[in-house]
Amino acid sequence: MNGNGTVFIKGNHAIVEAALDAGCRFYAGYPITPQNEIPEYMSKRMPEEKGVFIQAESELISINMVFGAATTGARAMTTSSSPGMSLMQEGISYMAGAELPGVLVNVMRGGPGLGNISPSQSDYYQAVKPGHGDFHMITLAPSNLQEMYDYTFDAFDLADKYRNPVMILTDGLLGQMMESMDMKHDRKPLYPDAKKEWALTGAVGRKGQRIVSLLMDPGVLEAHNIKLGKKWKTMIENERKYELFNVNEETQYLIVAFGSMARISKGAMKLMKDLKIGLFRPITVWPYPYEELKKAAAGVKKVFVFEMNQGQMLDDVKIGLEGSKPVEFFGRAGGGVPMPEELCDFINKNK
Amino acid sequence: MKEKVLYKRPVALSEKPFSYCPGCTHSTIHKLIAEIVDELGIREKTIGVAPVGCAVFAYDFWNFDVTEAAHGRAPVVATAIKRIMPEKVVFSYQGDGDLASIGMAEIIHTANRGENLTVIFINNTNYGMTGGQMAPTTLAKQVTTTSPLGRDVKTSGYPIRMSELLLPLQGVKYIERVKATDAISIIRTKKAIKKAFMNQITHVGFSFIEVLSNCPTNWKKDPVESNKWVDETMAEFFQIGKIKDIQ
Repeated sequence: MNGNGTVFIKGNHAIVEAALDAGCRFYAGYPITPQNEIPEYMSKRMPEEKGVFIQAESELISINMVFGAATTGARAMTTSSSPGMSLMQEGISYMAGAELPGVLVNVMRGGPGLGNISPSQSDYYQAVKPGHGDFHMITLAPSNLQEMYDYTFDAFDLADKYRNPVMILTDGLLGQMMESMDMKHDRKPLYPDAKKEWALTGAVGRKGQRIVSLLMDPGVLEAHNIKLGKKWKTMIENERKYELFNVNEETQYLIVAFGSMARISKGAMKLMKDLKIGLFRPITVWPYPYEELKKAAAGVKKVFVFEMNQGQMLDDVKIGLEGSKPVEFFGRAGGGVPMPEELCDFINKNK
Repeated sequence: MKEKVLYKRPVALSEKPFSYCPGCTHSTIHKLIAEIVDELGIREKTIGVAPVGCAVFAYDFWNFDVTEAAHGRAPVVATAIKRIMPEKVVFSYQGDGDLASIGMAEIIHTANRGENLTVIFINNTNYGMTGGQMAPTTLAKQVTTTSPLGRDVKTSGYPIRMSELLLPLQGVKYIERVKATDAISIIRTKKAIKKAFMNQITHVGFSFIEVLSNCPTNWKKDPVESNKWVDETMAEFFQIGKIKDIQ
């Protein structure tokens, strides 16, 4: 796709364009609805950018190919939807352990099990509390296509900055919809020339080096964990992102919602102009902007948490509020997407 | 009298002493690979992928770039590395639990894609690192820690001949089964691995070398007895020889 400017584009396609603009030159993916447009479009676009596209034979293979690509220092990505993301948890943990950057996109659908293919936010837990072992990853939750594009681009920079996998947590609604957004093909990655001296590029003029996550000598793994712990702390300090919408001294009720549900919440707010409602939208669901949430909720009577699941981010809201405000939860499960009126009804009944 | 060097440690072999069990053929095969890397002058462009299992520590003993891979995933990690850097010489080194069990999908599809890389498959009929459990390659009636009465083919299936399984795949160009039990078989093993590396350098395509190996510790045999078991029992089921060679 040539040139900058406003385009009318599908969410899954926006992810592809952002990845290529960010210098992603390796993609492996496996078919699963509702993210199929990503591997399909990537199979055409990646060769045009002289990168590698591989249709993997499972999500396990996708993520482990991304692991391999990352060892070379290349910017690499895989995408999937909820059941496929479960399979990828192995590789994500290995990447975090071996300190390998990479970008993962989860276009969530309903679950558990095979669930359905409707939009859902059912993988919040799996995203913010990933894999086995003691690790974290930055997880960005866009709520419109401009953000799908911008945050996918950012994810590559963040992955390189911290040598850690980064996830885009989106859903079938945002992946499948079309919307206008600004393409910024000339945007430059933050670390275009970052020397990845740890990468395996052949031991030219040096001894062989290795990329491992197995650390068997006594105390070595603990030291590694502590080093990683400092990295998580730095991420928590530097990378929290959120949006405040209509939050001011007069706000009486605060909605907390992310991704698609934040869009729907904004729709509900338009219908309830007589009530002073604000929205707090975490953009990074890990690290979660706890302090900012508590501050935003400081003057309100009540906090409403809306999700397309049965209450997963709800835990983080409660952690952030530290019991300072009453919390009401409304969720739709199993791929159910609420109309704004449903949220209005819930607020009216529970305010 | 002038000193003449007849043999020295390959540059591609690190100075760290092998930590494998006494008599284990991993050390021998590691050294052969290092010798080949030296002889082909490819130390600076070789990337190895180590498995999960005893040979996970291979990277301690080789002096070229090596990455670990999750259990069974080495061929797809190698695939990504080779696709991004086609000029490099990329190989995976995997045991039978890693390759023939948990990594079956990875090896089959990597072979079927005809990736231009090399797989060294160490078959010692058991999971060595975890204490000698039954592997897909465990022979019928063979006693392991999870087949204490011997492998019962009625409930555990028959041993898998990986080399023969890969044979019909059109992406596969070279398969040879070798062993490393005596001087002659070690020389033949070296020749086969070298050919597999050369195939990669000359863009012939996917090569698979299966090395029948011993496991003295878990087989509860001394090194000599264990090599005898490879020669007499294992090699009867897993026939030594060239299985496929398309140039």
